[in-house]
Amino acid sequence: MKRHSKFLFALICYAMLTCNHLGAQARQSIILATTTSTQDSGLLDVLIPIFEKQSGYLVKTIAVGSGQAMAMGKRGEADVLLVHSPTAEEQFVREGFGSNRRLVMHNDFVIVGLESDPAGIKSTKDCADAFRRIANSKALFYSRGDESGTHALEKKIWELASIVPTNDWYKETGTGMGQTLAVTAEKKGYTLTDRGTYLSLEKTLNLAILSQGDPILKNIYHVIEVNPDKFPKANSIGAKQFADFCVSETTQKLIAVFGVDKYGSPLFFPSALPVK
Amino acid sequence: MDLIWEGIKKAAELLWRLDREVISITWLTLKISGIATIVSLVLGVSTGMGLALNKFPGRQVIIALINTGMGLPPVVVGLWVTLFLWRNGPLGSFELLYTPTAIVIAQIVIATPIIAGLSLTAIQNLPPNLKLQILSLGATRLQLVWLLAREARLPIMAAIMAGFGGVISEIGASIMVGGNIKGYTRVLTTATVLETGRGNFDSALALGFILLLLSFAVNALLTHLQQRERPR
Repeated sequence: MKRHSKFLFALICYAMLTCNHLGAQARQSIILATTTSTQDSGLLDVLIPIFEKQSGYLVKTIAVGSGQAMAMGKRGEADVLLVHSPTAEEQFVREGFGSNRRLVMHNDFVIVGLESDPAGIKSTKDCADAFRRIANSKALFYSRGDESGTHALEKKIWELASIVPTNDWYKETGTGMGQTLAVTAEKKGYTLTDRGTYLSLEKTLNLAILSQGDPILKNIYHVIEVNPDKFPKANSIGAKQFADFCVSETTQKLIAVFGVDKYGSPLFFPSALPVK
Repeated sequence: MDLIWEGIKKAAELLWRLDREVISITWLTLKISGIATIVSLVLGVSTGMGLALNKFPGRQVIIALINTGMGLPPVVVGLWVTLFLWRNGPLGSFELLYTPTAIVIAQIVIATPIIAGLSLTAIQNLPPNLKLQILSLGATRLQLVWLLAREARLPIMAAIMAGFGGVISEIGASIMVGGNIKGYTRVLTTATVLETGRGNFDSALALGFILLLLSFAVNALLTHLQQRERPR
């Protein structure tokens, strides 16, 4: 028994020691709320360490849909947002929750599905038309259903096509882009995806790009600083530093080459306006 | 089937190379769940003991609540802990959200009812006369509790294993209150989800195997402590 209790005692002492260690927060941190696509594509794994080294901040990246990211911003639970849902962003800034919204990068959305294309959308460039054909043929369509930027755009296209999807062929996955693509491939359906996530997963999926190029499919990422006047607890200095970092020339160059070595083409295109 | 083989190979490779990221994620997982289990052990066994030895009004309601708590969904715990730890929440000034400590807190909430419920039954399962016998030998209250816990050692060890198993395999709370931040709050389960989302199924499988291996190692140690000859 003696040995036993000694062992437990040592274990508890050790736990207490490391407990302190865990609680210690030597570095100041900023909370970055962003979309799943920036994390799933691996872009943030490249950018964040560079920023952390430069600024000394610890960046707490919370990758959720754009909708949830902005909801966090509205409660002052994030310092800076990197999101891609322009209409909702404009409202977010108009309501005074965020400021200094700046362009960072873009890529585009594409409609993917089986190469055999049962709904026959390959022949159209107009994505509202493509959506209409999917609906008419009652081919399975998988929606993110999570108020993300992708989901917001998808709803807008259904509206443009004047179609109210019915749940016999329209399914919501309620998950991130990577997972939704996996479900779509497995169930042989169609889905709307950002090109970045699609390219990074292409090798594991049996899906092809069937419709692309419609101007509405442009996918634009902005960085927004959460308004410090509204939320005094927000780390506005860190947020501004991070936003400046996103649009800086060196970062923009990194974005331009990210993914080229692995996928043969860039996943994102830098689009920040030159810093004056 | 190829994929499973790939996963096993990758797990072996990651461990063999002592891949720094994987080692630190594994270590963090062990530390977080270990601390959570130890704290839950103290809270759970004392709650269980208190309920087993005392009779008071409302006791059955509390026991029913604890038994319900044994199946507490981690996401619900995660959501509640998040609400409390938010910057603008009641405990916001401690700035604990998205830290390893936040995960420990959530896991304590998950494991404590499991350990409390199981240790309560363990103590109640002892022969009813044992308590009287110990007391009649002139034991103090504290000595009584210690002797009873010692007698119920086997099922209490089982309770610890159940609690540890519950928290190390849990994902909903860890991802919510920890945020899955690379090198800081990324544990084995949340890393597995991330790798799955990225389509790196071999890495995801490898992390899963490492988690099972870790869980097995800890349980083997606890089982050894539980099953060895009792020193008299």
